[in-house]
Amino acid sequence: MFVITCPYCGARDQTEFAYAHEAHIARPTDPESMSDADWAEFVFMRKNTKGIYAERWMHAAGCRKFFNALRNTATDEFLAVYRIGEPMPEVSAEGPATPCGEQPGSGNDAVKIMADDSGGGGR
Amino acid sequence: MTAQHFRRPAGGRIDRGRKVAFSFDGRRFEGYAGDTLASALLAHGEQMVARSFKYHRPRGIVGAGSEDPAGLVQIGRGANADPNTRVTEQEIYDGLEAIPQNCFPSLNFDINVLNDLMSPFYSAGFYYKTFMGPPGSWRLFEPIVRHSAGMGVCPAEPDPDRYDQVNRHCDVLVIGGGPAGLMAALSAARAGARIILCEETAEIGGRLLSYPEGAPTLNGKPASAWLDSVRGELAANPDVTLLTRTTVTGYYAMNFIVAWEKVSDHLAPGERDSHLPRQRTWRIRAKEVVLATGAIERPLVFNGNDRPGIMLASAVRTYLHRYAVVPGRSAVVFTNNDSAWAAAFDLAEAGALITGIVDIREAADPGLVERAAALDIPVHLNAVVTATSGRKRLSSVEIAGRNVDTVGEDIGRLTADVMAVSGGWTPNVALFSQSRGQLRYDNALSAFRPGRSVQKERSAGAANGTYGLGACLGEGAAAGAAAAEAAGFAAKPAAPPALAAMEPEPAGIEALWQVPSKLKKPKAFVDLQDDVKVSDLKLAVQEGYRSVEHAKRYTTTGMGTDQGKIANMNAFGILAGALDKPIPAVGTTTFRQPYKPMTIGALAGAHVGETFHPRRGTPMHHWHREHGAVFEPVGDWLRARVYKRPGEDFDAALMRECKSARTDIGVLDASTLGKIDIRGKDARTFLNRVYTNAWLKLAPGKCRYGLMLGEDGMVMDDGVTACIADDHFHMTTTTGGAARVLTWLEDYLQTEWPDLDVYLTSVTEQWAVASICGPKSAELVAALCDDLDPDPESFEFMTWRDAHIDGVPVRVFRISFTGELSYEINISASYGAWLWEKVMAAGAPHGITPYGTEAMHVLRAEKGFIIVGQDTDGTVTPFDLRMDWIVKKNTDFIGRRSLTRSDTQRPDRRQLVGLVTENPSVVLMEGAQIIGTPSEPTPPVKMLGYVTSSYFSPNLNRSIALALVESGGERMDERLYVSQKDGAPIPVTVTETDFLKTAEQADG
Repeated sequence: MFVITCPYCGARDQTEFAYAHEAHIARPTDPESMSDADWAEFVFMRKNTKGIYAERWMHAAGCRKFFNALRNTATDEFLAVYRIGEPMPEVSAEGPATPCGEQPGSGNDAVKIMADDSGGGGR
Repeated sequence: MTAQHFRRPAGGRIDRGRKVAFSFDGRRFEGYAGDTLASALLAHGEQMVARSFKYHRPRGIVGAGSEDPAGLVQIGRGANADPNTRVTEQEIYDGLEAIPQNCFPSLNFDINVLNDLMSPFYSAGFYYKTFMGPPGSWRLFEPIVRHSAGMGVCPAEPDPDRYDQVNRHCDVLVIGGGPAGLMAALSAARAGARIILCEETAEIGGRLLSYPEGAPTLNGKPASAWLDSVRGELAANPDVTLLTRTTVTGYYAMNFIVAWEKVSDHLAPGERDSHLPRQRTWRIRAKEVVLATGAIERPLVFNGNDRPGIMLASAVRTYLHRYAVVPGRSAVVFTNNDSAWAAAFDLAEAGALITGIVDIREAADPGLVERAAALDIPVHLNAVVTATSGRKRLSSVEIAGRNVDTVGEDIGRLTADVMAVSGGWTPNVALFSQSRGQLRYDNALSAFRPGRSVQKERSAGAANGTYGLGACLGEGAAAGAAAAEAAGFAAKPAAPPALAAMEPEPAGIEALWQVPSKLKKPKAFVDLQDDVKVSDLKLAVQEGYRSVEHAKRYTTTGMGTDQGKIANMNAFGILAGALDKPIPAVGTTTFRQPYKPMTIGALAGAHVGETFHPRRGTPMHHWHREHGAVFEPVGDWLRARVYKRPGEDFDAALMRECKSARTDIGVLDASTLGKIDIRGKDARTFLNRVYTNAWLKLAPGKCRYGLMLGEDGMVMDDGVTACIADDHFHMTTTTGGAARVLTWLEDYLQTEWPDLDVYLTSVTEQWAVASICGPKSAELVAALCDDLDPDPESFEFMTWRDAHIDGVPVRVFRISFTGELSYEINISASYGAWLWEKVMAAGAPHGITPYGTEAMHVLRAEKGFIIVGQDTDGTVTPFDLRMDWIVKKNTDFIGRRSLTRSDTQRPDRRQLVGLVTENPSVVLMEGAQIIGTPSEPTPPVKMLGYVTSSYFSPNLNRSIALALVESGGERMDERLYVSQKDGAPIPVTVTETDFLKTAEQADG
């Protein structure tokens, strides 16, 4: 369970919030001029990034405001929260630990154990 | 009752003044307050307490706490029965009844022990290999396997106990009340931090309770005195919460921690405080965490290592000193490290005969060897145990020399009724790993230890791989101070107590994951609960299970209720050997929450029975309850489904309600309908964008039905919205969709169209609604209202009026969900019950009948009105509902572009139609599939659609159904068939959805 900082109310328990999916997807202003494929891109396609992901949350049991957050989806670390309409802040997360992008904290097998620097183990 | 022959004459943390009588396996025993079931049984020389999971082999007491693998019993009977309780953790109380599990007919004579004789056939993957074979065979074998392999039996009765949940924040959470944890708590508490200290057992002290009294001394006093002073200091600090009998079972994201407190389980039922729950779950959010969870000793893996009487060396010391019990009269110590030698010395001092210390190493610490010589203990270095004997309890041990990976010459047989075994110590990193910290393999310890932290925590003491007592105290103090500093306090480490009269603490170890054996297939158990042998792990590798996670599942190593606390490290070592890889390359299995099994009751807390999912009632709820209402949950609400009169069954009541709404007057409590107050100068523009139809010209005083789509073009919600003023609308939504729709609208307002001047307020709870329906409803409304002419000619359909009832303002809407003349009276919710009584009284002369949601469903289906979520399923567009009339042509609205996608324009989409059966009394099953042929063809069968709503209509005196059917609009009057499970498909005819209109036209 996360602690999420609402940009209007401050740090609150996750139970007060509702997830509202990927951020910065603006509704097209002239849908009729769009091809089926472009429209489908807007309606159905989401990045679902493993790593830093811009997503929306709503303080559902609080001020009921939507806001944006940058979360590292591999480690669940919230790197920034900002109001709707504000530009996405620049953030940096710890670099990937393995070639496939696994980071310490992701709970993935590849990073459960630190790289062996001690030679072999016993038999 | 036998005497406590194995009890030491003095010492221990037991209260010799309070005798406690309990029973085990039908026999009566006596112990002292402060005993666990295990220590009390050991005091009587009872070693065998259980049977193993698979082979039903005798299982004894191995550990002294939650690490014990297989000593599981049931406590109590009936509704209070608590299965799978560890004998090493359950404290005894007067009248406690412990019942062995997984044996039949008794612990001593168990017929399933035959499984053991069959064990050569029960190798790893036995179940998969055998029962996944010919189809159907698993079904045949399953009941037999389930009966013979298993754990305790869950009580069938409801749990009579009360459980609680507590939410708490703290600056520093210290997990573990041993030397490191206590020093951490002292340091943080002295800095002024708000702390919680969780200790798994009945009292703080950890390993200090397992040392001989007075050795060591702390600040010149025995350990017990130092612990008293610590306890006193912590208790006097109002910012300290000290929780004993509390296990931290889960470490989750952002330092969210779950702890499980056993509040009353150690007390006799009569002594339990009725104001206190049986157990509590603590949900703790900690700024900083200190993990002082200690280390767990692991056994050696050798032939015959599972006999009762073979215990961990550390457990032997705990029983000797904490519980004043000598676990045996003659003992062998078998070890690969220095720490276990102390068990031999302590046993000897307690009067046991040590027949040998068997150490696999060529050399041990010289001080230890000298001391053994002084105590006349035979020492066998570079030696191994090759076999053990004794049927239900250890009687002797065979030892031989060791030749690296093979057995050397026989040395002989040693008598022993207890063996203290140590394969080294494993830092208890379960919570650290749950916190997603990275582990590091430490060759010197031959174990994994915390490597890199990810969350705001730090490990201290044995949990961190620091084993010496002095070092633990210092590291704990430093960790507590660092945690307090990190939480924003100025802190310095508390000064550790001065240690004296210390035994030397040599910690040399030679890893040996499996002891060499003379036998080709030794009975060397890795996991004592799940009966996993070395040979099973090797077979798994041979059969290609190379990942530690796969080998675990294939062999079930570490999958028991002990989660392999003492087994896993050995298993990793053996797998590494079989795979010829270093241990860090093999890795560990995943440490998952919970650390040990919790009761479902503690997890549920107070959320049981009526409070499991609290339901909302309307202001009229009491009236419904008093008038025979049968309720159904709709969203979070409880709605009256039907009102049964005395002697009436459900169907009869339903038919009566349906009829009266069309012949006289019916009244429905429609208060649960979602209601949103919409204001602002752009409210009209907003509605025009969210509904599929046009809203720009709706005049004040008028209402309009609207459909709402998602951007995918699929119907999401519907309802009637009334124009109150040019900048003020009253929107209604479905009961279940109210919250979702409000959030959805807010989303567009806040993120897409912040330029619109629109304000949304949920007013669902502010209005109570009585929906009056039927030919005589106008007369009733006229009688009710002070100032309203309800004449349907002047008060037109789809308009609304302000009015008063006895001076109380109401809004009356001329809208209908039944096709019948209807008035929906909205009143301030506080007048809801009053309005209802008023309606019932005024309607009595007209024969008013309250009707529930079931009649509402039938009445609306008679008229062909849809229910979103019943007749739609998220794949249905307005065109699929054949409601083309509601889709405006020229301006954009949410989801509009999706209605011209190639997929939504397919001619073969399913469309909503009516279905009538040939036999009017046959009611179709909702969800039934529709096919095109009178008999079921050979599969695959082409499904044309399915029945969405189906009822018997008393007003039409026949069954009616709505269905989504492929190209349904073009199939009018076509004959189709509805598949049923038993019997031939039912012939039906496709019709329009408005059954009332169809019937009228037929009547001419």
